[in-house]
Amino acid sequence: MRFLLVEDSDDLAASVASRLAMDGHGVDRAATLAEAREFLESAPYDLILLDISMPDGDGRDFLARERGARRETPVIMMTASASVGDRVSTLDQGADDYITKPFDFAELQARCRAVLRRHAGAADSRRHYAGFIFDALSATITVGDELRELRARELRLLEILLSRPGQTFSKPHLIDRLFSFDEEVSDNAIEVYVGRLRRKLDGSGARLETLRGVGYRLIPE
Amino acid sequence: MTPAGAALPAGISLRRRLVWQFLVLSLLLVVALFFTVRFAAERASRASQDAVLGAAVISVGDGIRAVDDGLELDLPHATFSMLGAMGQERIFYSLAIGSRLVTGYEGLPPPPEVPGDLSPVFWSADYRASRLRLAAITRRVLLDNRMAEIVVVLGQTRYGQAAIARDTARSAVWIGLGFLLLAVPVALFAARAVIRPVDRLAAAVTRRGPQDLRPVRDPTPRELVPLVGALNGFIARLRGALQLAETFIFEAAHRIRTPLSLVRNEAEMALAETSDEATRQRLRRMVRAIGESSRSANQILDHAMVLYRSDQFAAAPFDLAALTASVLRAVAPLAEMRDIEIAAQGLDRPCPLHGDERMIEVALRNILDNALKYSASEGRITLRLYQADGMAHLSVQDAGRGLAKGDSDLTGRFRRGSNVGDVVGSGLGLTIVREVAAAHGGSFDLRPGPEKGACATLSLALP
Repeated sequence: MRFLLVEDSDDLAASVASRLAMDGHGVDRAATLAEAREFLESAPYDLILLDISMPDGDGRDFLARERGARRETPVIMMTASASVGDRVSTLDQGADDYITKPFDFAELQARCRAVLRRHAGAADSRRHYAGFIFDALSATITVGDELRELRARELRLLEILLSRPGQTFSKPHLIDRLFSFDEEVSDNAIEVYVGRLRRKLDGSGARLETLRGVGYRLIPE
Repeated sequence: MTPAGAALPAGISLRRRLVWQFLVLSLLLVVALFFTVRFAAERASRASQDAVLGAAVISVGDGIRAVDDGLELDLPHATFSMLGAMGQERIFYSLAIGSRLVTGYEGLPPPPEVPGDLSPVFWSADYRASRLRLAAITRRVLLDNRMAEIVVVLGQTRYGQAAIARDTARSAVWIGLGFLLLAVPVALFAARAVIRPVDRLAAAVTRRGPQDLRPVRDPTPRELVPLVGALNGFIARLRGALQLAETFIFEAAHRIRTPLSLVRNEAEMALAETSDEATRQRLRRMVRAIGESSRSANQILDHAMVLYRSDQFAAAPFDLAALTASVLRAVAPLAEMRDIEIAAQGLDRPCPLHGDERMIEVALRNILDNALKYSASEGRITLRLYQADGMAHLSVQDAGRGLAKGDSDLTGRFRRGSNVGDVVGSGLGLTIVREVAAAHGGSFDLRPGPEKGACATLSLALP
């Protein structure tokens, strides 16, 4: 997926962009609304992450102009304002969703996924690996003719493993990315999802390998 | 929801003052009318009496003739009978030459000046305990070869005239009193008509919603324009101050939350990159603390908003089913993150309510946040919207850990359950919900679910 990140803070933009890149997304970053306009004219994007407070104007006005010109690229607003009124006004301007800073990155991912799924059709979210096709938006893998549905955490796990096939991911690392930091999670919790994903990948030509004491990795059989 | 002005110490009442002024003025007018009428009546009656008396005294004068052995007076009977016909009046006359009485009544009051022989002199005086109107004329007669000046005086009592004047004045008093009686409702009506624009203006300002800071544009009588101008000036200053405060809060939030967002993000990234367990624990605590600060800030803002809007309650019709559906859409990604399924029932038909939609939205978000927070992964939340006993009930049933024994009331400010130490929370969420319910005259109930978990029910009166 190709994202346009419109955010005036260089540090935050760099940080969010590298997180999105970890998930395998391509990210362009605009530091001003004018720059954002240029990016949008030069290339199609699947999703815009738009900060409300920009140095050269209000992100909501920018969004209203985009929608007024019938440019329907999905937009998630990022804002420092937590008020219901601001949220409602943002959605009224045509935003697809809204996230309040400081945000949980997992929540941003979940919201991106939900918005992209609603706009699915144009974007090709399918990916081939070994002997299966993975569709992150519809949360399915296709093995041969068989369509298998993934639950959210199985999907996240597969996404992470597929972002660097063959690389080993440690248990704590996977826990951090699968669970909210608000939850207290035992180290064994991950094994449940690994077990389930392994069953779903049965016969797919890929194998979820456990490296005892080190972690997990996805390799072709 | 009383208008703020009700508590003001009441000063003078303009309406009462107007009524009193009007009535006092009317009373003065009535008194003036009485005296005017009486004066006019007296003058009119005196004028008519003078006309008759004048004619009579002239005709008496004409009846004086000099004869050989003196004077002969031919009293004109027609004249006297005419004078006598005016009520029960008595008539007095005298003829005198110099100070010598020739004939008639003795001691009649003398004229104030020497009367001419063409136009009579008129005056009033008392005679024999009666008030008289008198007329006198001088007649010249050749007597003993000398010109004698005979002064003829004719007087008439004024009983009838006085009675007419009295009657007229009395009628004037009755008319005046009637007028005064009529003036009371007229005064009340006029005062109300004068005050009505003020009332209308007050009502227009009172009716306004808490966010309505437009200048007052209602039609205003010219005399109230300075007041409305001052009010509009004040509204404009207030709007300016509020905008400044809003801009400030917005800007401050942006300046604080953007770096906080960066800190959180960086900490999450550092977590992904480090394998040292002690460092990981520290980073996790950091991320949790940031999450907690942001959640608390959001809830404090929500709480302040709910308090403010309860105070400035502005109700409007809205559809609870549609609102619930939109809140569900907003929290759906959060539920999905943890594979929690939210089953909603009863949202397919509209549930029209009357209230503050923004407040209800905040309450719904807090109920659902709470249910999500305490639900286990892959848990199930059942949301039900139904109507019973004239109320709309929205119940949210989770399958989480439920309530600890003894935690009967968790809706107090900063109160948290005794079994939730491991979950981030501010203790404000349920307070907000309860306050929103109270502001709408509804209720909020949190009780253990039928098997496990907790069931939160928000009940609001149907319109």
